[in-house]
Amino acid sequence: MRISLILLAAFLMTGLASATDLNGPQRARYQQLTGDLRCLICQNRSIADSDAPLAKDLRHIVARQIAQGRTDAQIKQYLVDRYGQWVLYDPPFEFATWLLWLGPFALLLVGLIMALTIVRKRRDAPRRHAELDRARLARVLGETDKPINRPRKDHS
Amino acid sequence: MRWRVVVPAVVVAGLVVLLGYGLTRQPSILPSALINKPAPAFNLPTLDAADKRVGSDVLKGHVTLVNVWASWCVACREENDLVTEISQRTGVPVLGINYKDKRGDAKRWLARFGNPFAVVAFDRSGQVGIDWGVAAVPESFVVDRHGMIRYKVVGAITRKEMNKVLIPKLKQLQQAS
Amino acid sequence: MIPELGHLALVLALCLALVQAILPVYGFVRSRPDYLGVAAPAAVGQFVMLGLSFCSLAYAFYANDFSVAYVAENSNTQLPWFYRIAAVWGAHEGSLLLWMMLLSTWSVAVAFASRSLPRDVSSCVLAVMGSISSGFLIFTLFTSNPFARVFPAPAQGRDLNPLLQDPGMVFHPPMLYMGYVGFCVAFAFAITALITGRVDSAWTRWTRPWTLAAWMFLTTGITLGSWWAYNELGWGGWWFWDPVENASFMPWLVGTALIHSLAVTEKRGIFKSWTVLLAITAFSLCLLGTFLVRSGVLISVHAFVTNPTRGIYILSFFGVVVGSSLVLYAVRAPRFEAGTEPVEVLSREGLLLLNNIFLVVAAAAVLIGTLYPILAAGLGLGRISVGPPYFDKVFVPLTAPLVVLIGAASVMAWKRTRPQTLRSRLWLPLLLAIIVGVLLPWVTLGTWGVAAVAGCVLGSWAIVSALEDVVRRVRGSRLMLPRQIMGQTLAHVGVGVFVIGVSLVSAFGSERDVRMAPGQSVVFAGYNFTFHGVEEQKGPNYTSQTGEFTVAHNGRVISHLHPAKRHYVESDALMTESGIDDGVFRDLYLSLGEPLADKAWSVRIYYRPFVRWIWAGGFLAALGGLLALSDKRYWRRQKVRHSARVRASTQTVDA
Repeated sequence: MRISLILLAAFLMTGLASATDLNGPQRARYQQLTGDLRCLICQNRSIADSDAPLAKDLRHIVARQIAQGRTDAQIKQYLVDRYGQWVLYDPPFEFATWLLWLGPFALLLVGLIMALTIVRKRRDAPRRHAELDRARLARVLGETDKPINRPRKDHS
Repeated sequence: MRWRVVVPAVVVAGLVVLLGYGLTRQPSILPSALINKPAPAFNLPTLDAADKRVGSDVLKGHVTLVNVWASWCVACREENDLVTEISQRTGVPVLGINYKDKRGDAKRWLARFGNPFAVVAFDRSGQVGIDWGVAAVPESFVVDRHGMIRYKVVGAITRKEMNKVLIPKLKQLQQAS
Repeated sequence: MIPELGHLALVLALCLALVQAILPVYGFVRSRPDYLGVAAPAAVGQFVMLGLSFCSLAYAFYANDFSVAYVAENSNTQLPWFYRIAAVWGAHEGSLLLWMMLLSTWSVAVAFASRSLPRDVSSCVLAVMGSISSGFLIFTLFTSNPFARVFPAPAQGRDLNPLLQDPGMVFHPPMLYMGYVGFCVAFAFAITALITGRVDSAWTRWTRPWTLAAWMFLTTGITLGSWWAYNELGWGGWWFWDPVENASFMPWLVGTALIHSLAVTEKRGIFKSWTVLLAITAFSLCLLGTFLVRSGVLISVHAFVTNPTRGIYILSFFGVVVGSSLVLYAVRAPRFEAGTEPVEVLSREGLLLLNNIFLVVAAAAVLIGTLYPILAAGLGLGRISVGPPYFDKVFVPLTAPLVVLIGAASVMAWKRTRPQTLRSRLWLPLLLAIIVGVLLPWVTLGTWGVAAVAGCVLGSWAIVSALEDVVRRVRGSRLMLPRQIMGQTLAHVGVGVFVIGVSLVSAFGSERDVRMAPGQSVVFAGYNFTFHGVEEQKGPNYTSQTGEFTVAHNGRVISHLHPAKRHYVESDALMTESGIDDGVFRDLYLSLGEPLADKAWSVRIYYRPFVRWIWAGGFLAALGGLLALSDKRYWRRQKVRHSARVRASTQTVDA
């Protein structure tokens, strides 16, 4: 009993729990998570893709914590506590990042609204032109000839 | 609606200002996530003797400079003399954390380049380094008398940084009660 | 001696570029037509000088002249000769020379092809290109001279960055730069339009083929780059949303929008100022990309060795060029706002308007994501990273609607389309797309997933609806289709193929780290991988530890793979060479990790279904661009100058 406990402790301490010991769903989480964490000392690579010693250590930590049953959020928090938000390739939605997350969609909204107004304006434009012309025509022809204005009312 | 044609020029002006600011900073240097937070707890064997241990309690009661180093790290060699100088000029003890090293190599290194450290903790696995948010050695932390991290230097300490920042900071923290 | 000749040629090129930039403007202002004519010969002269300069540098590399600092830093006598030539563009200075050399190639092409254009238009275009060229030549000569000598000359060079020692290096940068620089032509035409105040269908007709050509090169360049990264980096990925990749992707998105909006402006004479703005934006983003790659403001895998002075110069140049263009735009664009013709939502122009919005917003999203870390740091919000998970989440909803729109592209008629027409022509493609999309993952991979099926349906939709148009046209007329239509169809099919590839590889792609000792086998993704050990090999400038693997499927050996760890002697760098068994429906990809105890190695196995479809889609799209470019309407001698007649004659061809 005691020996097995010591073995377990050694197992957890030395980080023998590597990615190879994870089961199917855990391995999928490991893949996903290591892909979403930045190797801090590399030129823009995730810890999954890097050969740097630190990336290797962090991979071990992720694997070990997954094996210990910690959630993705807990593992991310563990690393953020130590390295800051910089370690996350997937910045959480918060005050510092609202513009990042909402900006593109706000722009899309603005774009669609602008397109819609253009379409509206252009669709109405010729009609308005026609009306204007008719009004001008009416003026030119002289105010005496009132009935010519009447169709306008029907129109609008 | 003529304002619309001005928007692109304004956007680009903003962009140029942003990028101009971007040029003034060093993207690869990271501030620590631990500034103004308590120094992470640790309990490690000392470099001198595997059976002796050194823990977080050594940080309590006085200002400390914590220097994370390794014998395989070239930049550590450059800053070693400056670390000694800081310790001598301020009287602040330096706690060394020997990061992912071999005992023999580390001891030989100290014998050869000089030992500025009051005590060296031996972090073979690098776990304490990770707890301290160390990305690459050397890194140095200024810890105040309450065990709070107040400042961090990434990479080798330069003479300029020592004179301009580190020594004044250490002295100021020493005076603060 | 030869490097000095190259340097001198570079100086002369600058003089000629200045002539090309300034004299036509003088002639324009003073109404002296003889000065306008100087632009074309100056462009030719500049091309000759830059060519000479380029060849001098290439010769210095070929002859291992290490007294040239740039050669000493980026080459080595052990380097094979083709990599020595490619090393010309292996770092900052030489790649800048390639940039300018290609720019002057475009200038010469413009000078020859636009002889039928009005003299003031062609010389204005060349003047704009000349000033861009001058800016870069000044930059090169004063901050990044590739011919600078070093004394004493080292006996051996420091070798080309091992990452670049790949066949991809020979083709990818020239293609990519051709694309980048090509948008300068569209930009120059846009500036000309703003100056002369004319955006008619003659203008769009001149601008379109240049834009198409640039787009084609950029598409090819990006696709090659992705392929190269997959082969060379050893991570099994094809796109990393790295700042440098984004720098090439943003102009591509805007350039794609430009191609489509040019069509509207040509056919309907509307959205003129928008089209001009897109042309300016596309090239501005190319300049921005140059800045991002060479200034060091962002951390990237691919960035050049950087230096702040260069950053300041490029940023100022960017500010001056783009700033002045946009100020010019703000002043002159309002006069293009003439068209008041109605635009229906259900019409080709309505569709293309939507296309433009999605593409431009997608480009803006990439820009925001790329630069946000700088913004956050500037606003004191801390250091954050923006990486692939962000882009995947934001980009997919912004681009998926585009693929939906593609389906309607060929059915939508100009001016107005009745909903009934859409319904009657699109129900069959939709049905087919659903059937194909649902069956494809099942038949080829034997698995299913919601995202994968959605992606496959979307991709098939683009393909089937594009083909429906071809089938209908061929049946209807029995005539040869215009190349432009074929090009459009091919490009849209390419998008569909790409979408299928992306969705399947991201849904079912998987990888696994294993420890393998010689003789050991591992079963992964239904394949049996056996490791036979590692053997030392010697390359021209590296030593390699090459693994020997066999892959078996259903008890039969289907492939021998040799992933390797290479150690480049001179640069002391370790590179991972992947071993890839490629296939139409899946790639098996092996990369060696590190040696472990007992001759075992850590090995990473990747299973990448449909990954080839991604590049196939890219190349198809580029081929579509080439086909459209070869349409004879662009190559006819332009006899008709009057826009009205041009419009009338084209409307029947491809309305």
